[in-house]
Amino acid sequence: MITVLLPQVLRAKADGQAKLEIDAPDPATLARVLDVVCERYPALERRLRDENRGLRRYVNFYVDGEECRYLGGADTPVAADAEIQVIPSVAGG
Amino acid sequence: MTQKVLLAIGTRKGLFLATNSGGDWETTGPHHPMTDVYAVAIDTRRATPRLLAAVTSEHWGPSVAISDDLGATWSEPDHAPVAFPEDTETALARVWQIAPGPASEPDVVYAGVEPSALFRSDDGGVNYQLVRGLWDHPHREKWTPGFGGMAVHSVIPHPTEAGRITVAMSTGGVYVSADGGKSFDASNDGIKAYFLPDPYPEFGQCVHKIAQHPDRPDRFYAQNHHGVYRSDDNAKTWQSIADGLPSDFGFAMVVHPHQPDTIFNFPLTADSMRFPPDGRCRVYRSDDAGSSWTALGDGLPDDFWSAVMRDAMCVDDADEAGVYFGSRSGEVYASRDGGEHWTQVAAHLPDVLSVRAAVI
Repeated sequence: MITVLLPQVLRAKADGQAKLEIDAPDPATLARVLDVVCERYPALERRLRDENRGLRRYVNFYVDGEECRYLGGADTPVAADAEIQVIPSVAGG
Repeated sequence: MTQKVLLAIGTRKGLFLATNSGGDWETTGPHHPMTDVYAVAIDTRRATPRLLAAVTSEHWGPSVAISDDLGATWSEPDHAPVAFPEDTETALARVWQIAPGPASEPDVVYAGVEPSALFRSDDGGVNYQLVRGLWDHPHREKWTPGFGGMAVHSVIPHPTEAGRITVAMSTGGVYVSADGGKSFDASNDGIKAYFLPDPYPEFGQCVHKIAQHPDRPDRFYAQNHHGVYRSDDNAKTWQSIADGLPSDFGFAMVVHPHQPDTIFNFPLTADSMRFPPDGRCRVYRSDDAGSSWTALGDGLPDDFWSAVMRDAMCVDDADEAGVYFGSRSGEVYASRDGGEHWTQVAAHLPDVLSVRAAVI
């Protein structure tokens, strides 16, 4: 089971949940996991990705502790028991 | 009887709402904190006015939020209300303009967006569809971004002529559709683009704002990137009305709600000097459609080293019309007498990007 951890500000868009358990599509990538997450909670889609399914610039996805941009971006492979943390970047002012 | 006015103030860090019934202003906010609010609209075609705010979060992207209770509560659809279709391979950067349609089309709302495109809603501003006539225009690939981005920032539906709509963009110029958005024609004859090899091109002008009065819809006013213009023929041709202004640079252009010949402008020294001349905060008004101008400063400060952006000046629709502007230094001023005297509505806000006011 893949675990997706949501930041506080997005939990209201997922019925208040902080942790989502996602059945792993096989083979799993970050994009495919997000497809499942956003199908379950449609209000998350546009906050995590634009309409081209591009990852939002200031939303970071850590796959087992590694920032996905240093792995493969949306195509980052995700293990069947992986933990994905969604963390807004430190930006703006 | 004093009419109650709602003033919506969009800033770099959220939306503030101020109300006034003849006394002091009462302000709430920030609503949608830490979002850019480049555009806000008060749709008074409904029994209860609908507020529409274009909110863009750096983290979570752009959206349009709606309130049907004057800002007490807001709603947004789960899905993106304004989104480019998949075949465009384009993603929305932000909404720069929300324009309710004419009274005859009470559920039509337009959105002007970045990258330059026009969207239309037929359900009061909840869901929008791309207007293909502008997106598919052969000029589009030659539109280029200006300093502030490449956006449709002015959208003016004709008040009575169904299907006629005029838009302006940076950097591209003015475009007019007479067939409900199926096709658009560039409409910039006379507007200068000093930064291009041909200073009077068919398109490519950096228009900052256009305005029209509903009682005189064949006449348009434009504040350009250096240049102030009027058109008396439905935006076909433009003539300079900059004589009498201290500078032909600025962003705002507003028409008095009851007097089609009265317009307001906020000149800045130059594109390279985005302060009012000599640091004096002054609104310029013309009562003769731009033939002559008067500086208005009673109640406005000197040593003012800020600017007023393209949608940060507006009028309300009160019998005694109010005039409003906000600055990038977070000050908002109002006048109840056509700009003769000004009072401060708010200070120390984040930089003001948009203001809209209406009787509620």
